[in-house]
Amino acid sequence: MSEVLEPTKNKDALIAVMDQCPAEAVPTESPLYHRKLGTRGAGTGAATVSAGELNLLGHLVIRGNAEEAAFCSGIEAALGVQLPETLKSVEGDDVSMSWIAPDEWLVLCPLAKAFAVEETLRENLNGHYSVVNVSGGQTVVRLSGSNAVNVLKKSSPYDFHDSHFPVGKVVTTAFAKTQAVICRKSADTWDLVIRRSFADYAWRWLEDAASEYGLQVTVE
Amino acid sequence: MFYIYCPYCKEHREEEEFHAKGQAHIARPADPDACTDEEWGEYLYFRKNPRGLHHEMWVHATGCRKFFNVTRDTQTYEIKEVYKMGERPSIVAQDQNPTAAKQA
Ligand SMILES: [Zn+2]
Repeated sequence: MSEVLEPTKNKDALIAVMDQCPAEAVPTESPLYHRKLGTRGAGTGAATVSAGELNLLGHLVIRGNAEEAAFCSGIEAALGVQLPETLKSVEGDDVSMSWIAPDEWLVLCPLAKAFAVEETLRENLNGHYSVVNVSGGQTVVRLSGSNAVNVLKKSSPYDFHDSHFPVGKVVTTAFAKTQAVICRKSADTWDLVIRRSFADYAWRWLEDAASEYGLQVTVE
Repeated sequence: MFYIYCPYCKEHREEEEFHAKGQAHIARPADPDACTDEEWGEYLYFRKNPRGLHHEMWVHATGCRKFFNVTRDTQTYEIKEVYKMGERPSIVAQDQNPTAAKQA
């Protein structure tokens, strides 16, 4: 290296940031776009499970030190929520933040806001941290209905009992022999964050697993 | 099947979520250039395979993706303790640790 870069607050000098939300002229396809979920009619019989893609959300992965007061206050200032505790998820205005690991969190927000949220985070954070926009790499599938929990029970070794998995808890676990971040949003509603490359497989698994309960495909 | 406590997620999870990563506490020689071939070979290739207490690394592969250490009895498969990276085991085999044996 011919010269040494001094770490500075000037983010432009160190980090290349770009708005990943493409211009209107560029067609955007969610990881489950090809399944054409919108064209699916209502199922036959009474559906006790609903599933649909919360497509085209902004996904930001944040890394940092939760024991650093400045990091915690920076997050709070940028997102309006407190850093969630272990295996917890918190909701803010148009934004949710989930614990992934002791030094890693996932922020979900509307895609159109993702770049603004990222910039706000960078303005409020300093030192050793990272914010990465992974919106194109994963998607959210929302599972709801009285039998949604039974679909999860046969897809994962995790304990989904009320006493072990209250509303607001989030776990990353084995799901359908692959992996999902599962968050309980309400008594009967669960959000699954699934990798793009596994989305087609995981969706087909869900359709199969839910078929015995009657599946209603929902479109957001 | 193991039911393993992840010290980072702070709860027990099924073995399916983890991968075993071999012997723990292997220190890389501070100055590899000063090692004999035998010393370097020991470091790279030779691992303990004890009958009894073993300290090994596991990774919470489909969970938080963190590495941690486990003290396990290879005869009974009993997991004696789980501790984070950078920490030392509190349970060690008597014959492997003469100091501990003297104190006991
Ligand atoms: Zn873990």
